[in-house]
Amino acid sequence: MTNPRSRAASLTADQGKKPAGESPLKTALKKMTGAAILWECLEREGVKVVFGYPGGAILPAYDALKHSKIHHVLVRHEQGATHMADGYARASGQVGVAIATSGPGATNMVTGIATAMLDSSPIVCITGQVGSKLIGSDAFQETDITGVTLPITKHNYLVTHASEVAETIREAFYVARSGRPGPVLVDITKDAQQSTCEFDWDAAEPHMAGYRPDLSPAPEEYAEALELIRNSKRPIILAGHGIIISGAMREVRDFCERAGIPVAMTLLGLGAFPASHPLNLGMMGMHGEAWVNHMIQEADLLLAFGMRFDDRVTGNLKNYAPNAKKIHIEIDPAEINKNVKVDVPLVGDLREVLLELMPHVESIDRSEWLDKIDKLKGDSAVRDIQNLPDNGHLYAAHVINDLWRQTRDGKTIVVTDVGQHQMWEAQYYKHEQPRSLITSGGLGTMGFALPAAIGAKVASPESEVWVIVGDGGFQMTMCELATIVQENLKINIAIINNGFLGMVRQWQEFFYERNYAATPLLNPDFARLAEAYGIQSMTISNRSEVVPAVQSAQRHNGPVLINFKVEQEDTVYPMVAAGAALNDMIRRPSPIVETAEEE
Amino acid sequence: MLNTFMVYVENKPGVLTRVASLFRRRAFNIDSLTVGRTEKPEVSRMTITVDADHDQARRIEANLYKLVNVMLVENITNQPAIVRDLAMIRVAATHEERSHVLELANVFRARVVDVAPESLTMEITGAEDKIDGLLELLRPFGILEMVRTGIVAMRRGSQSAKQGSRSDAPGHAGRNGSNRDAHSTDNISYSV
Repeated sequence: MTNPRSRAASLTADQGKKPAGESPLKTALKKMTGAAILWECLEREGVKVVFGYPGGAILPAYDALKHSKIHHVLVRHEQGATHMADGYARASGQVGVAIATSGPGATNMVTGIATAMLDSSPIVCITGQVGSKLIGSDAFQETDITGVTLPITKHNYLVTHASEVAETIREAFYVARSGRPGPVLVDITKDAQQSTCEFDWDAAEPHMAGYRPDLSPAPEEYAEALELIRNSKRPIILAGHGIIISGAMREVRDFCERAGIPVAMTLLGLGAFPASHPLNLGMMGMHGEAWVNHMIQEADLLLAFGMRFDDRVTGNLKNYAPNAKKIHIEIDPAEINKNVKVDVPLVGDLREVLLELMPHVESIDRSEWLDKIDKLKGDSAVRDIQNLPDNGHLYAAHVINDLWRQTRDGKTIVVTDVGQHQMWEAQYYKHEQPRSLITSGGLGTMGFALPAAIGAKVASPESEVWVIVGDGGFQMTMCELATIVQENLKINIAIINNGFLGMVRQWQEFFYERNYAATPLLNPDFARLAEAYGIQSMTISNRSEVVPAVQSAQRHNGPVLINFKVEQEDTVYPMVAAGAALNDMIRRPSPIVETAEEE
Repeated sequence: MLNTFMVYVENKPGVLTRVASLFRRRAFNIDSLTVGRTEKPEVSRMTITVDADHDQARRIEANLYKLVNVMLVENITNQPAIVRDLAMIRVAATHEERSHVLELANVFRARVVDVAPESLTMEITGAEDKIDGLLELLRPFGILEMVRTGIVAMRRGSQSAKQGSRSDAPGHAGRNGSNRDAHSTDNISYSV
């Protein structure tokens, strides 16, 4: 019989808080300002670089920066700072940090924070806030940024005393990087930055009564999953972003090879499993490979690895994979049964769950199923624009595929924006390595690519970084060209310029009777624009010029912008219309190679 | 169906907003929400009732656990529990009607807390249907004003029933179907 204890007390007591007794070695604690504590804590959290933009309420922090080893990258817009932190996090797996002032500085971060939230990217955003006495008075540049960002952060904090800075920063990093990662915002009042207190790193260790993200499935759940795998004749693994976050690339590979199960990728999963692996089917979903979508609909078992059954992946939920049992390995319990009802959920870290499953997975011959998939691939190849002979037109797919052929050394990071070019990249650039594609999936944030590429390059200076961006999205954040130059970053920018907001135009073509309302773009001369920034540039409109242009960009030791003027009204195929079943795809109208068999 | 959740949260500024915002964002409609202190100053306790089916209820629980300040969530909808609502009711009662109204109040164990020449005010504590029942009977006299607190709830039985293990750790919320840390019924007692 346990001692009767107070119910609430059981939740707070013994949370590992060390007794107040001091260690005899403890030296006198140093008095520091909140601003100095902020930088000290960031350094101790392993931060090397922050992306930011100064302003009134964050000035004390900027003043204290001179004593810090941390490098500050001056951005041109706070949205850029958040995307850079995000790109940094996605390229490195480390927490990215963005910093801005109160009011408009903070609200400019909102899009970047929401982008990181939807794609589970660990970033910490630090904002200045007006003095604590002024809060609520509508003071100059006052915004309730913790209120504004409440639904789009994993957690956020308002710090009003210097004494809270250390513990809050430590908590923020812990929350951002643990469990299912996400953005955390820390809003620090001006007086909290200015006032002083004793700095005690050890005492600031996080003790969070309500946050315990470590999970482990029950033995009977493992047994049920293994039973389903054993009995399955037509299984498919759905490989998502969680593989990369969990670092489970090796385990996924071992698992699928051992069990003989083919792997379909989500957009953010690309790179988690080598594209050239014989069991890799390619991307699923709205613009996924036709055979993948057909096979998902025919499968008798789906193994979802670190993915969340986004509507862009499932199509209409009513008839999604109707014959398949579903096993969902996922770290966030709130994702279980959210969109798709699953038979066996395994809630936990993907890598650990797979390591647990692996010894019990049997090797089963599934060649019949794999042969069937191979046959379907042939049909798609016929419709592939890659088979189109050079007819004088420049297609985006050609540009991207040629670029891929020139960058197959395993050291390239491609950062894409959102729209048609993003889908063509996903289809025609073959990713072999994790973190070699950085793109905004969940939120679909136009303007993401250029700043995110800066973050990626800063995180991984030895990598060759290519931005693939549309002419629309580029203009949303092109001010960051100046950041590239100021930081002297070798980034290659490929603008896929079709003079349209291409994906919106495509929807208008299919679903709005070709009424191209507000989608044609009148663009500046991007090459001359780049020159104005001191960036080398080229304009390319023939296929034969693509490879020389890419090679020339690779040889140049500074940033390069290539303006690829591509076919204006090209379309991404296949396409699952919103609300349609996954196997109900709009296909490229006629086979391109006339000698090929008709469907 | 109406689900009742007991939610233990850290007693910090803004936690109520986080919880309320969660329900708004995920499009769940709160039927009633009460919040107050517990025996421990750093812990607050909420009783939330929401109209939700079985799956939605599990998702609510899992989403509540995603909030960093939420320490423990228990869905006590199908558990033996004491559930209480408090209402203050001002009812029109002339001199002639007063004894009749008082009689009704007596039957329902409501307490008269204020008397005026043309009205009287009573407070009643109890399960929601009991209060609804009294209101129904008082309505013909004319209800001038009424306010209810929303329910507070507590599980019946020994407090320590679930505390031996940490099987109620947040991660185990919202699993598929079965509640595998099914509550032990050993120590349940029933009050009169």
